[in-house]
Amino acid sequence: MSAAILSWSLLIAQVMLAIAMAGAGLRMIRGPRAQDRILAFDALYVDAMLLLLLFGIGTASTLYFEAALVISLLGFVSTVALAKFLMRGEVIE
Amino acid sequence: MTQMESLPAWAALLTSLLVLLGAGLTLIGTIGLLRLPSFYERMHAPTLGATWGTAGILLGSIVFFSVLQSRLVIHEALIAVFVTVTTPVTLMLLARAALHRDRAEGRRE
Repeated sequence: MSAAILSWSLLIAQVMLAIAMAGAGLRMIRGPRAQDRILAFDALYVDAMLLLLLFGIGTASTLYFEAALVISLLGFVSTVALAKFLMRGEVIE
Repeated sequence: MTQMESLPAWAALLTSLLVLLGAGLTLIGTIGLLRLPSFYERMHAPTLGATWGTAGILLGSIVFFSVLQSRLVIHEALIAVFVTVTTPVTLMLLARAALHRDRAEGRRE
């Protein structure tokens, strides 16, 4: 019984995060200016990381945890690089 | 799925509650990202997913794996610390870049 509740709530949470990723993608396509697109990109990275953690809980394996850690690292670096580019016009000066 | 059956009921219920809380807050944050009118208001919305959204799912994961392996599993705290440290840095950089661009073009707000 409780296992059924857990697997159903994991499914619902995954659907919620997929809708959230779709919303961030929509804002990234539609966003009126460049900073909106970068903000949506950052939100997309966080949502993808949370979705991978949910896959890890669903399959009861800790392998997905490393992938989530790498995704959060890459999201930080890429968002900082894009914001720096928006500020100065170049990333490394 | 067979490992999930061996989980006690309270741990399963706690994990599902935390996971649903985290995913729901992330979804609310993204709806805010879609619907708020200006960029500076929109900037606040996704931080809901970066704070309690991440915290809920990570706490659920900690409870799940700790009970399943019957020892304390807290390597998820790495992601929590990392996201907590980096989100303000990136968003402040982005807000300053946006402010710089708006001022350079001479538009108000």
